[in-house]
Amino acid sequence: MTVTHISPSGSDVRGLTRRGLLARAMAAGATFVVGSGFVAARDAAWAVETAALKPETMAVLIQMARDIYPHDRIADRFYAIAVKAHDNPEQAQMIEEGVAGLNLVAQAQGFDGYLAAGWEKDRVAMLRLIEHTPFFQTVRAGLVTGLYNQKEVWPVFGYEGESFSQGGYIERGFNDIDWL
Amino acid sequence: MADNVAKFGHDDASVVVVIGTGSGGGVLANELAQRGVKVVALEAGGRYLPEDYINDEWDSFAQLSWGDMRTTSGDWRVARDFANLPAWIVKAVGGTSIHWAGASLRFQEHEFKALSTYGPVDGANLLDWPITLAELEPYYDLAEKKLGVTRTNDLPGLPGNNNYLVLEKGAKAAGYSKVSTGRMAINSVENDDRMACQQTGFCFQGCKWGAKWSAAYTDIPRGEATGNLEVRDHSHATRIEHDEDGKVTGVRYIDRDGTEQFQRARIVALAGNSIESPRLLLASASDRFPDGLANSSGQVGRNYTRHTTGSVYAIFERPVRMWRGTTMAGIVQDEAHHDPARGFVGGYELETLSLGIPFMAAFMDPGGWGREFTTALDSYENMAGLWIVGEDLPQETNRITLNRSEKDRFGLPVPNVHYDDHPNDIAMRNHAYAAGERIYRAAGATRILPTPPYPSTHNLGTNRMSDNPRDGVVNKWGQAHDVPNLFVSDGSVFTTSAAENPTLTIVALAIRQAEHIAAEMEKGAL
Repeated sequence: MTVTHISPSGSDVRGLTRRGLLARAMAAGATFVVGSGFVAARDAAWAVETAALKPETMAVLIQMARDIYPHDRIADRFYAIAVKAHDNPEQAQMIEEGVAGLNLVAQAQGFDGYLAAGWEKDRVAMLRLIEHTPFFQTVRAGLVTGLYNQKEVWPVFGYEGESFSQGGYIERGFNDIDWL
Repeated sequence: MADNVAKFGHDDASVVVVIGTGSGGGVLANELAQRGVKVVALEAGGRYLPEDYINDEWDSFAQLSWGDMRTTSGDWRVARDFANLPAWIVKAVGGTSIHWAGASLRFQEHEFKALSTYGPVDGANLLDWPITLAELEPYYDLAEKKLGVTRTNDLPGLPGNNNYLVLEKGAKAAGYSKVSTGRMAINSVENDDRMACQQTGFCFQGCKWGAKWSAAYTDIPRGEATGNLEVRDHSHATRIEHDEDGKVTGVRYIDRDGTEQFQRARIVALAGNSIESPRLLLASASDRFPDGLANSSGQVGRNYTRHTTGSVYAIFERPVRMWRGTTMAGIVQDEAHHDPARGFVGGYELETLSLGIPFMAAFMDPGGWGREFTTALDSYENMAGLWIVGEDLPQETNRITLNRSEKDRFGLPVPNVHYDDHPNDIAMRNHAYAAGERIYRAAGATRILPTPPYPSTHNLGTNRMSDNPRDGVVNKWGQAHDVPNLFVSDGSVFTTSAAENPTLTIVALAIRQAEHIAAEMEKGAL
């Protein structure tokens, strides 16, 4: 997965240094920075490179992913990893057209674009208008596995995953409920 | 695998060919082999043992599930949510006995007499079974012994996990009394050379301890050890052939290399689960049997039942951690009886159930999104859950057909699964949702999630048993009315679904059928 974690102090393997990123970036709403071929967090904690999609499109997809399945304790990079799966030649046209359509919906609501709407409820209202489109359904369905099947997010939900390697829960709290 | 495992020739017409190796076919194959009958078992899937099972929901799903293309129609929500996945069953040696959760309940006496007990119900194709509980009881005894069912044969019940303790507390507070960790084919103590349950969870993904009974590592290797059973995995049956007298002669199948083979047979026993079994009969249509093999009644593929089902998840103020421990060792049976005063015929069981985060996201509210969805998942750690299993009514129009516009990888028409909910099913489901809510509210729940049905795990009724050949496909032995040396050996023979999880009854019927076939062969009658 080509979401890069950038160390606070400097460079990473792709040469997307914090300074370089910010120098090359243009603002995309207030949420992300978008540069030539990449989207990054405003704090430059991570960046995702794009191949088939425009980086502006990727920025919208990341925000859209969070608005579809908003978990305030899950960081943007996990949403970025999930939607990165659509950055391919087969889906590019559908995704580009879908995001363009979403931005048009935003403009009809009086915003410059999807990312310009600051409140989640405004963005969700736009998504409700397109939720029956193949574009929306493709992104939503992809997130069901793309987001929730990332083992790194399971601890946010308290989910422990497999226990066989630790001998199950027979000695580790299968019946430890103490408040009933 | 045993050292002396049998190998039979394709031209050996003395063998019984069993298609499918799950709770029906796997047990039948072993029980015949134990009686000295030579058996070739054809299994479409591969061979996986406890060390191969994966305790990860999607990885396990990819490893074990029957993922071949299927289509759906009808007003059931599964057709909308999972249009190409009507059923969640297994393609592997051992079949869905790898995936099942272990609940092992006998049917109630009246459930063998649905028509005479309930009376005619509009839109339902009710029928009495051609056998009674009394006739099946000796085989239930044998099945419980084979499966090591808890609370039978002096085996203790399983200890209750967190999810059970919440259910028990709420159910008793709500006035229910038949509440326990149930009768489970999961070892509560070491038994039958298999270890006791380690409360690991992931019962649906195959038990890595072998504590849960599965044909994959009991009946199959034991049958092979007799020298009378050859299991051919990666062998997908495509057609059953017959001779001029209308008797079956063998089975065409595609082997692991993609080559078509023909195995001759003295008897064919079909146990491919309730979608593939009628599919194969329909696909075996010939000049003599133009509507499909064994289908003079027109009932092949019809009367598909899948249990009235759904789940209730509930969120509490404090953690439950429902995923820890045995998935389904918890049951409330107070609603399992027949009482039409509730507004429906038949009854239902409530059984503990939990899903991990990946499957909860996929199944809690398919298609759902936004904060209503995500705030529920945010409280995943504080969730308890139960599953509804109730009798659904056979309808002639709920059926498996061949979809000739969609082809599988062998170029064969895929099965279409059509299901419309009967008003009785809807009334029962709503009653059960209310019961689940009452239980969890009584335990202090702050939020209730009435969850729609998953892809079907209990697929039943599509080659049903009947006394009269006009009413069904097979007789009380599972023998096709139209073809004397063709048997059906899976849950598709269920005349009606009853409220109970079907595996124990499938196993009991398979043991009984094996005894019958062996005796008839001995007499020269087959």
